[in-house]
Amino acid sequence: MYAQVVESTGKSVKSPEEMSEKERAFQARIDAGEKIEPKDWMPDDYRKTLIRQIGQHAHSEVVGQLPEGNWITRAPTLERKAILLAKVQDEAGHGLYLYCAAETLGVSRDDLTEQLLSGRMKYSSIFNYPTLTWADMGAVGWLVDGAAIMNQVPLQRTSFGPYSRAMIRVCKEESFHQRQGYDIMMKMANGTPAQKAMAQDALNRLWYPSLMMFGPSDKNSVHSAQSMAWKIKIDSNDGLRQRFVDQTVPQAEYLGLTIPDDNLRLDEETGHYEFSQPDWSEFNDVLRGNGPCNTERLNARNKAWNDGAWVRDGLMAHAAKKAAAKIAAE
Amino acid sequence: MKNEWPLWEVFIRGKHGTSHRHFGSLHAPDAEMAIKNARDVYTRRNEGVSIWVVEAEHISASAPSDKGPLYEPSNAKVYRHPSFFDIPDDVGAM
Repeated sequence: MYAQVVESTGKSVKSPEEMSEKERAFQARIDAGEKIEPKDWMPDDYRKTLIRQIGQHAHSEVVGQLPEGNWITRAPTLERKAILLAKVQDEAGHGLYLYCAAETLGVSRDDLTEQLLSGRMKYSSIFNYPTLTWADMGAVGWLVDGAAIMNQVPLQRTSFGPYSRAMIRVCKEESFHQRQGYDIMMKMANGTPAQKAMAQDALNRLWYPSLMMFGPSDKNSVHSAQSMAWKIKIDSNDGLRQRFVDQTVPQAEYLGLTIPDDNLRLDEETGHYEFSQPDWSEFNDVLRGNGPCNTERLNARNKAWNDGAWVRDGLMAHAAKKAAAKIAAE
Repeated sequence: MKNEWPLWEVFIRGKHGTSHRHFGSLHAPDAEMAIKNARDVYTRRNEGVSIWVVEAEHISASAPSDKGPLYEPSNAKVYRHPSFFDIPDDVGAM
């Protein structure tokens, strides 16, 4: 989801007979619930798929700062501003935990950064949508972080140790994000008619992009099976999406807001909601780079990286100078 | 892309009286900045009272494949455990 379409290198799941002895032993460890650690032997495809997945996840956290950073200077009160600042700082932290997890697989931080900046690696489609009003800060926390939690809680059990540990830290902090978002929505929904309309508008615009976060439908998700066998993907895309809808609809009702879906209906027998799928052609278009903000987001990341070059170089030069002075003094 | 900041491993003492525990890693130009960054990345919610950082390249680790030969010898020495010795109940707590 934060890693929506991770292309695996394997074709289909290997049967035990097709595996080498090492691969069989590796799969047995995963089946037994053991964690794989960076120095352990692992199949090349496991390593490559994980680098893509954790990398996409990290990039999403980092790019995810942009739509919310957009409102820091315009938050309605000093308290809201401080809260939003803390939330955005958390996202930077989450990106760093994840980059570090990816680096244990042998890819460098600069290499990952370079792949994001050149557009070769993706980030979640959700961050290519604009945040037009203050209510969007509420809807992003409530829906986007809510969807993220749905995906990240099971990933705490993922087979790769560093990824699992990063997810545990992230999940501890994520619930603050969702609650601060819902708190904004409650304020807006119980405010003036204009404020309530603003909250409804935010829900209208962000509902389907939030559903897209879980990735394509399972029947069109060609890369899932091997990842699930390796326990680097725990739940199916459709399963998570259903869980998200089931959880979120009552929350919208509590706010007195309407989910923008005429087909939404609770199936009394199953206890699950029936709902409309998002527009998958729009999803594919956004992934291809044609969303409302793709260019803006990548330009912002490139500008930050380029403008920060002198700081990175300057601090390295200063560290080298200090180290040299220390040696001279000894 | 060159001149990448080195990688540091971060160890944090959760509260007074406990030992430092590995928390994660980060990039920084020197130790001073590594501690400042560790404060921001790993202790935003009172997670620690003390931070250690060490450059990752200075850490030596045992190889996973050594697991057998490295730890096997002590498994055979069951007398290292107090439960190896039968002490009569009459002796009292020991």
